[in-house]
Amino acid sequence: MSNNNDNILVEVKDLKMHFPISVGWMFKKTIGHVMAVDGISFKIARGETLGLVGESGCGKTTTGRTILQLERPTSGHIFFEGKEITGIEEKALRTLRRKMQMIFQDPFGSLNPRMTAGEIIGEPLLIHRLTQSKSEYEEKVKELMTTVGLSPAMMERYPHEFSGGQRQRIGVARALSVRPNLIVCDEPVSALDVSIQAQIINLLEELQEKFHLTYLFIAHDLAVVRHISNRIAVMYLGEIVEIATRGDLYKKPLHPYTKSLLSAIPVPDPVVEAQREHVLLEGEVPSPFNPPPGCKFHPRCPVARFPRCREEKPKLVEIEGGQHWVACHGR
Amino acid sequence: MSEPISERTDGAIEPRRISRIGAKAIIRGVFKYKPSRAGIVIILLLAFMAVFAPLLAPYDPNAQDLYKVLTGPSADHWLGTDNVGRDLFSRIIYGARVSLTVGFFSVFLSVFIGSVLGLLAGYRGGVADMIIMRIVDTFMCIPFLPFVLVLAAALGPGLKNIILALSILGWTGFCRIMRGQVLMVRELPYVEAARAAGASGFRIMLKHLFPNCLAPIIVAVTISLGGFIMLESTMSFFGLGVQPPTPSWGKELRTGYSYLETVPLFSIAPGILITLAVLAFNFLGDGLRDSLDPRLRGEGKKIE
Amino acid sequence: MAPLLEVKNLSTHFFTDDGLIRAVDRISYDIHEGETVGLVGESGCGKSVSALSLLRLIPNPPGKIVGGEILFEGRDLLKLTEDEMCEVRGNKMAMIFQEPMNSLNPVKTIGWQISEPLEIHLGMSREEGLKKCVQLLTDVKIPEPAARVNAYPHLFSGGMRQRTMIAMGLGCNPKLIIADEPTTALDVTTQAQLLELMKNLTRDYGTALIIITHNLGVVARYADRINVMYAGRIIEKGAAKDIFKNPQHPYTEGLMASVPRLDHDTKQKLVPIEGQPPDFLHIPKGCSFHPRCVYAFDRCRVETPELTPISEKHEAACWRNVK
Repeated sequence: MSNNNDNILVEVKDLKMHFPISVGWMFKKTIGHVMAVDGISFKIARGETLGLVGESGCGKTTTGRTILQLERPTSGHIFFEGKEITGIEEKALRTLRRKMQMIFQDPFGSLNPRMTAGEIIGEPLLIHRLTQSKSEYEEKVKELMTTVGLSPAMMERYPHEFSGGQRQRIGVARALSVRPNLIVCDEPVSALDVSIQAQIINLLEELQEKFHLTYLFIAHDLAVVRHISNRIAVMYLGEIVEIATRGDLYKKPLHPYTKSLLSAIPVPDPVVEAQREHVLLEGEVPSPFNPPPGCKFHPRCPVARFPRCREEKPKLVEIEGGQHWVACHGR
Repeated sequence: MSEPISERTDGAIEPRRISRIGAKAIIRGVFKYKPSRAGIVIILLLAFMAVFAPLLAPYDPNAQDLYKVLTGPSADHWLGTDNVGRDLFSRIIYGARVSLTVGFFSVFLSVFIGSVLGLLAGYRGGVADMIIMRIVDTFMCIPFLPFVLVLAAALGPGLKNIILALSILGWTGFCRIMRGQVLMVRELPYVEAARAAGASGFRIMLKHLFPNCLAPIIVAVTISLGGFIMLESTMSFFGLGVQPPTPSWGKELRTGYSYLETVPLFSIAPGILITLAVLAFNFLGDGLRDSLDPRLRGEGKKIE
Repeated sequence: MAPLLEVKNLSTHFFTDDGLIRAVDRISYDIHEGETVGLVGESGCGKSVSALSLLRLIPNPPGKIVGGEILFEGRDLLKLTEDEMCEVRGNKMAMIFQEPMNSLNPVKTIGWQISEPLEIHLGMSREEGLKKCVQLLTDVKIPEPAARVNAYPHLFSGGMRQRTMIAMGLGCNPKLIIADEPTTALDVTTQAQLLELMKNLTRDYGTALIIITHNLGVVARYADRINVMYAGRIIEKGAAKDIFKNPQHPYTEGLMASVPRLDHDTKQKLVPIEGQPPDFLHIPKGCSFHPRCVYAFDRCRVETPELTPISEKHEAACWRNVK
């Protein structure tokens, strides 16, 4: 993976997303902020899949939505194809939407129950006026359906007539319809049965190859993320604590949180499991409303050293000549 | 490879029909519920009556026969005649036209105004929401009946004016309902998906929010229809409705009032029809509500 | 030694407007004292219904246990009166549900809820119950247990509520705990903590544990024996090690090949199971898995296979294993 700037599709610099908490009904008073995303930076190269992994409250979903500008960030910069897109106005944003799309988690909720599958898939084509005639539109929709593995004969059916896996395919077809460069996959398989997850993961991988797509793959299941991603960023309470290639992350995890995350995921093999070391954390993920000072992970960290870890926030630094970054004082 | 692996997996399998939402299910549900079945029948009969009035009415409703004033029911005149000798039966049949027309059009206008404002308030939020809601609050403070009567009196009689008067106050309820639904639906993932696809606010409101917020509106419409028909009758009762000689149920009720002792059927017949219409619409509304609700909540408990 | 629980040919059906649903179709398995057994299957396979059937918590209508025996400590639970069954529930057999948010009463304190079964079954007074409650909360590692006893559930996080459920389950020192997808709604690290906790506690208290889950990793780590369910039937059962090393049923095999694993090397292709899980109203004739099975042959489409032994203690319901 080169760091050649021409090759970078998305760049995020010091992105922050703070949601104010306010009280009062008429004259609202802000009493604090939820630091959903608290200063993260990363790059995604063309054609790559960057996995974004973390538990509830870590800010991964918010990051994905902010990149797509579904929410405007509180501060920070987002660059797409080299140009800054933070704070662009509505009109330019809508044109930009052609290039970046999203696949949602909830296979039922993400489809309008009153639209047919064909209408759902074809809507982006209409919005961006990508087809000239009705027959061209229908052709395109049928083509998309075939590409994602749905029979075009099902064009007139409604979402409730499809299974979870099929609905997710509709969502994929919809995202694909405008031939985007970037697709943000927000937990696309979490709501599916185990045996169906593999179908969708394979589909996403195939499509990436066929259409030269770039993915930001957001999930909490590290095994799934690791399978599909080239590089993985681990988030905790709004910050990135480690970024590494898939191989390095599993073989040489550096951050204590990453280690405990890996050890928390059981491998479906009793023999392997019997030999694994379990690193258990104390306590639970704290609320992003009142995060701990210094390194946010320090209260639960098995190797925290005081007073430094409590007072100083560790920076994300590069280790071993590229491709592996970690934010920990213990390095 | 030319064909994606996944095609083998889903192409040949029939999609499962897990549950049935949509017009068919709603109609099924409505027919299941006995009172609403009756309601539909009655409404259809009344509509039939209104549409085919010229074919059904034995006499011209405005034809006066001063030799046969205030007769009771007879073989010639099934319900008797009114105070200027017009056949009551025919007048009541034609009366359906006025009542149903006023009912439908005023509800339609109210729903239109209320929905548009409700959509804007719910989707835009912020200042727009506040302004619209304060307007709604203001209108809702005005006592309905007196205001409508005053308005009708100011505008003058006539079909169009009644419809206008009823709509001017009637939209507020629909606005509230629509706004409430929009607040819920706009948080759903598919609305966000539309935004992510680049849909404009207008498109989202029209294609995504409106169709999915309709259910409680539909129920409210059926119940309002009954209410508005009642109101038209009241207005006609007070002399603010349609002009003579056009018959309307309320008008006949009012005129017949003076002759209750001698020719009670004069008032009672239109009264019964008004009651029937209101009841029918209410039953239909009940049936719709029952059949829409559980379906809306999803597929019911899944078996794990 | 006789098993603690023996389920024999248990069937639970649902009589719905749309048709008959055989949610649980003649399943049989057993569990010994102190053992951990996994019940594995995807959503809609009937595993939760089977668990509710054990405690006779099936809503009637539309559901009904239509056949079989549930022998718990030698007694058939299906033959007990409702009063006698209440004696068993929460006392000898406890259940931990999937959604900790919904399983706790929001208007009663934690102390009251944990103490309730203690008072009912063990005849403790409120005071004694609350004291035991503090001890239980300490066991499940809830910080500041003495203060928490008077707290309400909405103040607890998901992980803490689930721990409370575990404490409630353990209160009367039951012989068997059924955990229905106990960690699905929780974060990964919290899941790990909770499962580890359950493992230690069941070991310390000598409780048998049935873990119901769709997560193969969880059963690989914690279960001694496994039952794999598909479309309401158990299609493979055996020791965890045997099943993972040598899966005999194509469904089990397919599941294992389709799950991404942490220890997989670079870009190993996942092999999904084709098609989708069956609709209970339209279960395929013959072997319910045959439309999705890569090995299916004629017999599979016509006759339903029963469980046949592969080796000692390893059984699978597949025509490939029958001559």
